[in-house]
Amino acid sequence: MSLSITQLAQALRERKTSATELTRQALAAAKNRSDLNALITLDETGALAAAERADVALATNPSPLAGVPFAHKDIFCTNGLRTTCASRMLDNFVPPYNATVVDKLAGAQAVAIGKANMDEFAMGSSNENSFYGPVKNPWDVTRVPGGSSGGSAALVAAGVVPFATGTDTGGSIRQPAAFCGITGLKPTYGRVSRFGMIAFASSLDTASVLARSAEDCAQVLAVMAGHDARDATSANRAVDDYVGSLAKPLQGLRIGVAREYFGAGIDAGVGAAVQAALKQYEKLGATLVDVSLPNAALAIPAYYVIAPAEASSNLARYDGVRYGYAAEEPKSLEDMYTRTRAEGFGAEVKRRILVGTYALSAGYYDAYYLRAQRVRRLIANDFAEAFKSVDLIAGPTTPTVAFKLGEKNSDPLAMYAEDVNTVAVNLAGLPAISLPAGFSEKLPVGLQLIAPAFEEARLLNAAHQFQLASDWHTRKPEGVA
Amino acid sequence: MSAYGSWQPVIGLEIHAQLSTQSKLFSGASTAYGAEPNTHTGLVDIALPGTLPVPNRAALDKAIRFGLAIDARIAPHSVFARKNYFYPDLPKGYQISQYELPVVAEGKLAVRLDDGRTIEVAIERAHLEEDAGKSLHEEFHGATGIDLNRAGTPLLEIVSKPVLYSAAEAVAYMRTVHTLVRWLGVCDGNMQEGSFRCDANVSVRPTSSDKLGTRTEIKNVNSFRFVEKAIEYEIERQIRALENGEKIVQETRLYDPARHQTRPMRGKEDANDYRYFPDPDLPPLAVTADDIAAVKATMPELPEARRTRYVEALGLPEADAVQLCTDRATADYFEAVLAALPGEAKLAANWTLGEVSAALNEATLTIEESRVPAAALAQLLTRVREGVISGKIAKDVFAAMWAGEGSADEVIEKRGLKQISDSGALAAAIDAVLAEYPTQLADFRGGNEKLLQFFVGQVMKRTRGQANPQQLNALLREKLK
Repeated sequence: MSLSITQLAQALRERKTSATELTRQALAAAKNRSDLNALITLDETGALAAAERADVALATNPSPLAGVPFAHKDIFCTNGLRTTCASRMLDNFVPPYNATVVDKLAGAQAVAIGKANMDEFAMGSSNENSFYGPVKNPWDVTRVPGGSSGGSAALVAAGVVPFATGTDTGGSIRQPAAFCGITGLKPTYGRVSRFGMIAFASSLDTASVLARSAEDCAQVLAVMAGHDARDATSANRAVDDYVGSLAKPLQGLRIGVAREYFGAGIDAGVGAAVQAALKQYEKLGATLVDVSLPNAALAIPAYYVIAPAEASSNLARYDGVRYGYAAEEPKSLEDMYTRTRAEGFGAEVKRRILVGTYALSAGYYDAYYLRAQRVRRLIANDFAEAFKSVDLIAGPTTPTVAFKLGEKNSDPLAMYAEDVNTVAVNLAGLPAISLPAGFSEKLPVGLQLIAPAFEEARLLNAAHQFQLASDWHTRKPEGVA
Repeated sequence: MSAYGSWQPVIGLEIHAQLSTQSKLFSGASTAYGAEPNTHTGLVDIALPGTLPVPNRAALDKAIRFGLAIDARIAPHSVFARKNYFYPDLPKGYQISQYELPVVAEGKLAVRLDDGRTIEVAIERAHLEEDAGKSLHEEFHGATGIDLNRAGTPLLEIVSKPVLYSAAEAVAYMRTVHTLVRWLGVCDGNMQEGSFRCDANVSVRPTSSDKLGTRTEIKNVNSFRFVEKAIEYEIERQIRALENGEKIVQETRLYDPARHQTRPMRGKEDANDYRYFPDPDLPPLAVTADDIAAVKATMPELPEARRTRYVEALGLPEADAVQLCTDRATADYFEAVLAALPGEAKLAANWTLGEVSAALNEATLTIEESRVPAAALAQLLTRVREGVISGKIAKDVFAAMWAGEGSADEVIEKRGLKQISDSGALAAAIDAVLAEYPTQLADFRGGNEKLLQFFVGQVMKRTRGQANPQQLNALLREKLK
């Protein structure tokens, strides 16, 4: 399925195809690419029923997403459909309710074909931390797709669906988008409801979309965004016209180039592709401005204190009492807790729970959690300072291209370093987008654009104008139609 | 000199008042008591993955109301924090409470002691928190049942400074808070159902010292009598220990009402590290000046002010005023009666505290449920004042009204209880009596004036008590001249 959402919508309106037809194609493609291990649950029955409803809706008053197939990251609760968060802990969990995001997309008559694989509880940068096994990168199946929204990214890159939902806590949309050569948007914290999205780190978690183009992202974000009374951290402000803002020329746009993003750890090929993309922006009328984010190096340590601290508390509810995995024949309450959690969680999840518990402990709280919160404010101030003189900040989404499966598995710190350019954005709560900007070693390179809070329209506009003038986003892995 | 020789006890109370809201602190589930287990539980209350807490503004308003009543500081921004610990009846694995920034801080409350003194008790803070569920250990063989109906119920934890110096002071303070929370309508005060319960922190120190001794905490005592007994016991236990040269261990103790003693609940080695941190799902709770003004506008006159007014403006004896103000419904009842009988405060007070109160006690009804509402009582007392019936007959009429025979006028009419004030009829009755007892009449005329009461009694008997006593006396004296 290589058509854009806009093209699909047009074909559907003109009756050149139907929602049912598109859904059958997507289901077939999903099965055809089972080698990628990108889906945890394929929901054929639900998808075909939704497609039938979409076909009815299309006859009268179609929404732009009506009849368009897509996949949900398996972190969004779906009423009556198993939602695992890629954890043994929730292997048997069937939610009795929908996440707000699920409701909104269903309300727009988009057709969910199933639940995408991911890192367990969204903890990971390679999608190797899944109870259901790793996801493979469609560009090179010996490589990781990135994480944690690796399944979502692989499905879009392999042309199974035109878009997929994802979540981004430290880069979990942008990094897999970069590794898989697609476009991924992380919205401002609070722009999209978190209700029904299984929590990893509540103050950092955001939900959004991975697609092939900024234009498609704009269409989907327009449906997902908005205030939700069920999420107290949801922003109560109007949603901008993302699609309507796409066409604006970039004349006069000031793009800050953060020198910290081009430091020692960056691959030469990645650096070159990003520099070339920035040149392209100049041709489009933008001005490049050198900016500095002096506390950028502190983002990883601060993030890896705050996120695990929140996770250690958020994941306390998985205790075997009410739902999910429960150890068999517990000998005592303590035995029930200990074995349920030892057997139900994977290694990386346990590692972060331990780190987070430690960071919040009496005697360590000030040195770790409070200090990390202070760093968080410094990082936010850096961005605020930079945005006084520029409209966007640019840099590589990741310092390298997709690495080999197993390559960084045994070295958590090397894995955490993957997030060097993405986590600061979550700490500051800002919106950012990763878009394809070329190739290095035949693997996709991502360009990250960061905007001030609630300037998603500006991001999408800048990405779209770039995509009108380049074809990186249209490139497909070998064998993908 | 202390009642404990050279020792001074120091007590601080933590009172948990369940706020009388319709729904829970962070969910829409009902707070009603006594339902089938796990029927008042929503998605949030059982902590399903992805669910989020949304604060109940009604609970906040009640906390503000209490804060205003104790002349406290209302925080413009208070912060919900997570108190992390594992327990099966704590669904999220943490309790949402307030830690560093409570909504109410630094209040004070005047407390009348039984010996007539009034002390001012400093209240350190009052914060919002959610209750846990209940573990049912008895009914399930070899297992524990969990009922989450209570989970998430809003509590206001009211923490006094350690400024209470005897069990009697502690209980008087607790009673005053109990009266106040019911008076304000923020808590129903039902101690059997656990709506109002108390932890007591107790320490002793030499009277010569101003440093606090090591304290123990007595958990969850839910009657005034038990609080007093538990504190008494604990004071004596600590003094005995110190006099024997032992050290007091800081620990949590449980009160055993059957034995009237306290015993350790959990030792130091099990002490929890609660890992408090600000709840990232909940932005700081904002209270504006307008919010406070709105609550202020609905504040009732406080018990202390009313008591003073009853004594100073209405001329009631102190004891009556205190009794009328033990709860607002009683005081309101009294005032409703008084409104219909201007100037008759003492009469209204006597009846409220006398007949009405006795009848309510006997029927175990609250004054709101009185079978003789204030307006009906006012009608009855008006008839007394008008001389239609005597005070004595009024008691019979009241009993009839209580039994449901109708209004005062209806009962008087039906039973023909109208006082005989017609001098013709009275004179006839007197003449008949004098004719019937010529011997006594002769005696009286011979100087035995005591026989006057005999004649009054006989006339009353003949008129079935309906003779107007003043008129009867006057007429009789006339005739006996």
